Amino acid sequence: MGNKIFIEATNVSKYYGGVTALEGVDVSIERGEVHCLVGENGSGKSTLVKVITGVVSPESGARIDIEGEVHSRLKPIQAYQKGIQVVHQDLSMFPNLTVAENIGVGQYIEHGRWFVNWSKIKESAQVAFDKLGVDFDFQRRLGDLTLADQQLVAIGRALVSDARLLIMDEPTASLTQEEVNRLFGIIRGLKENNVTTLFISHRLDEVLEIGDRITVLRNGEKIDTVNREKTSKDEISYLMTGKEVESAYNLEPLGEEEPVLKVRDLTDGDHYQEVNFDLSRGEVKGVIGPLGSGQSHLALSLFGLNPPQDGTVTVDGKEVNINSISRAMDLGIGYVPEDRLTQGVVLEQPIDNNLILTSLERFTDRSTGLLDEDRQAEFVEEAVEEFDIKIGDPKDRVISLSGGNQQKIVVAKWVSIEPKILVMNRPTHGIDIAAKGNIYDLISELAAQGMSIILISDEVDEVMQNSHNVMVMREGRIVDETRTKELSPGNLQEELTSSEVGLK
Amino acid sequence: MISRELLKRTEFYLLIVIVIISTVLSIITNQFLTLSNWFDLLRNNSFLGILALGELVILISGGIDVSFTATATVAQYIMGIVISRYVGNLFLAFLIPGVVGIGLGSINAVIIFFTGVPAVVVTIATLNVFNGLLQFITGGKWIYSLPVSFKNFAQINMLKVSRPEGWPATLSILVVFWVIAILITWLILNRTTIGRKLYAMGGNTEAARRAGFSVFRLMIFAYCYMGFLAGLASVVQAMQTQVIQPNAIVGRELDVLAATVIGGASVFGGRGSVLGTVLGVLLLAIVRNGLILLGVSSYWHKVATGTIILVAVIVMALQRKFRSEGA
Repeated sequence: MGNKIFIEATNVSKYYGGVTALEGVDVSIERGEVHCLVGENGSGKSTLVKVITGVVSPESGARIDIEGEVHSRLKPIQAYQKGIQVVHQDLSMFPNLTVAENIGVGQYIEHGRWFVNWSKIKESAQVAFDKLGVDFDFQRRLGDLTLADQQLVAIGRALVSDARLLIMDEPTASLTQEEVNRLFGIIRGLKENNVTTLFISHRLDEVLEIGDRITVLRNGEKIDTVNREKTSKDEISYLMTGKEVESAYNLEPLGEEEPVLKVRDLTDGDHYQEVNFDLSRGEVKGVIGPLGSGQSHLALSLFGLNPPQDGTVTVDGKEVNINSISRAMDLGIGYVPEDRLTQGVVLEQPIDNNLILTSLERFTDRSTGLLDEDRQAEFVEEAVEEFDIKIGDPKDRVISLSGGNQQKIVVAKWVSIEPKILVMNRPTHGIDIAAKGNIYDLISELAAQGMSIILISDEVDEVMQNSHNVMVMREGRIVDETRTKELSPGNLQEELTSSEVGLK
Repeated sequence: MISRELLKRTEFYLLIVIVIISTVLSIITNQFLTLSNWFDLLRNNSFLGILALGELVILISGGIDVSFTATATVAQYIMGIVISRYVGNLFLAFLIPGVVGIGLGSINAVIIFFTGVPAVVVTIATLNVFNGLLQFITGGKWIYSLPVSFKNFAQINMLKVSRPEGWPATLSILVVFWVIAILITWLILNRTTIGRKLYAMGGNTEAARRAGFSVFRLMIFAYCYMGFLAGLASVVQAMQTQVIQPNAIVGRELDVLAATVIGGASVFGGRGSVLGTVLGVLLLAIVRNGLILLGVSSYWHKVATGTIILVAVIVMALQRKFRSEGA
């Protein structure tokens, strides 16, 4: 091993309960390179980052070698002292302070410093901006800047405290193309100054543009590390998704049915424009696109939470105006929201109360207006069994369950009102593989029973496995709709990551 | 030309509102714009002004305190007993309430930090505990027999402006304590690292922790500083009234909180300024003063105060909304 290596992690495994997050991963990062880490959601990228930064301890047997210093696990402070820093934009910045103060905040913990040296604060901001090669007014409040500028400030702060390995976790997720280009320019500048970057993304175009080497993770295992010059987008998407995708397709074929839902020229003015599609009985329609392409707002419009400005929605042949949740529910539309923690479940409430939230009137005695506890208990028992929700006592609070089981509660709650149309917004986001499988089985079962499902996702595998048709959304428009059978994961991935991807 | 930065500041709008209300009151009453009225107004509000500065520091740190009136009452009563029965020492009259205030403040900070219970809940509870214990132990008895030195000190005037007709207008020494508290608080918040850390913590607690700040020490500082100022305010209040009543201060929490929030401090933490807080106290004081001069029933004072708070909070919420949409 030459002294080119900055950090080498060997045999890194991490298990959470019975779930494998990482299994025997080896990765080495050279000094001054831009190393990319790619993989689908749940492939172990963030766990690996947490191991490198000392936030999570790997299972025993791991070996982390930083410039010749060998550890079996790191403490956060050790990682920091070695110059390993993660650029978080949300968790480590102060929106109420000025840019300069955000950068110079480290001076406040210098020993014996009682008074603020404002000129030194400004100096450090200037140093950071010089290193970054950018220039803007650093007396502005951080919270008034765009996200992209806030990100630069975060990078600047890391540089001021002598970061040698900058870890950027999906830094481009909410940037425009122009901002991405500027960020890449800065990363290249850092590289010239021998600062190493670990760049995490699932946009393959970006990875191929900025990365020197690319490490691919899948299901917690390292598949390969490849050189940019010697690889292609096709190879990486193949490495990311594996081959087993097509065989996993488990939907009943779709018969010729009248559309249940027709959407024509739907526009909400801000987030999506001129959306057209039909949804048949028993059809699962996958909607995929970069985050923020309008898919969530489209879903909200169908559920009465974001009334469209223009266009028509027809349910069962009748033109309807969905202007409230109760109207949507009357029309037989259910919605599994994107963020279950804030929109899907009431965390502090018991499981049984959460399950009946959407169908309270079914359990309410008409004469007294009180809840019928027996009927409720019966229903809860059925739901728990049908959806295979792993719970202790129905009176336990939802917060005590795993993410996957929480999500099953959200789905069960909506399925219990027997909707004709179920809109699912990233239903498997942040849940483990086993629970994912349960949700997928449920989707095919519900579709087979005749429910029509709109499945919004940002995972290629997910829509490939679970939908009859796939719509690709970009910048608020549906740019393509194809029968899943005619697609391969490679060309869908390509369509998603092609260079035009830029958010508004 | 007015700079754009100025237009974004709450203090600027407050100042405009104060000028407008003052102008109107000067026109419709002939007592408002007199030196003696203003000197009285400053003296009568020094006590609230000092408390508001403490609340400002707490709000900036991301906390909230409603127990300080009880802290002030307890501090004041203990001081009253010592100086009326044992040693009539003026130095002790200032030292004791400060120490008691710091002690009670640290109790708040420790409970809030170690239990993670929201500060508003903890301080409502401690408000009742401190106050209830005091009422129980003292039986609600008033203390009248304050030493002569205490009375004499309170009557010192910093300024005396004689007027052709009637009594001269005098500016009480009690206002000096408010001014000192203003200067110290400003210095802490703008010139010391601890002050900047408080702003940072109020803006993003998790980030403050990651930046290596001791959240516990900062909380201790904020609540103890509030306690210290509550002690100081309690002396000022006792000097003004020359009697110590265990039920005189409790109940003014919301006036103080209101003045601070009107002054631009955010109940979500990280925002607020000394200037804004002083202007907030003055605005409420001027409105109350105006209503008294106009002979309006005291029930309307509360309605007026409440309305001002409501308007201020709505304006701030709208400002925030526009800002986030504009960004």
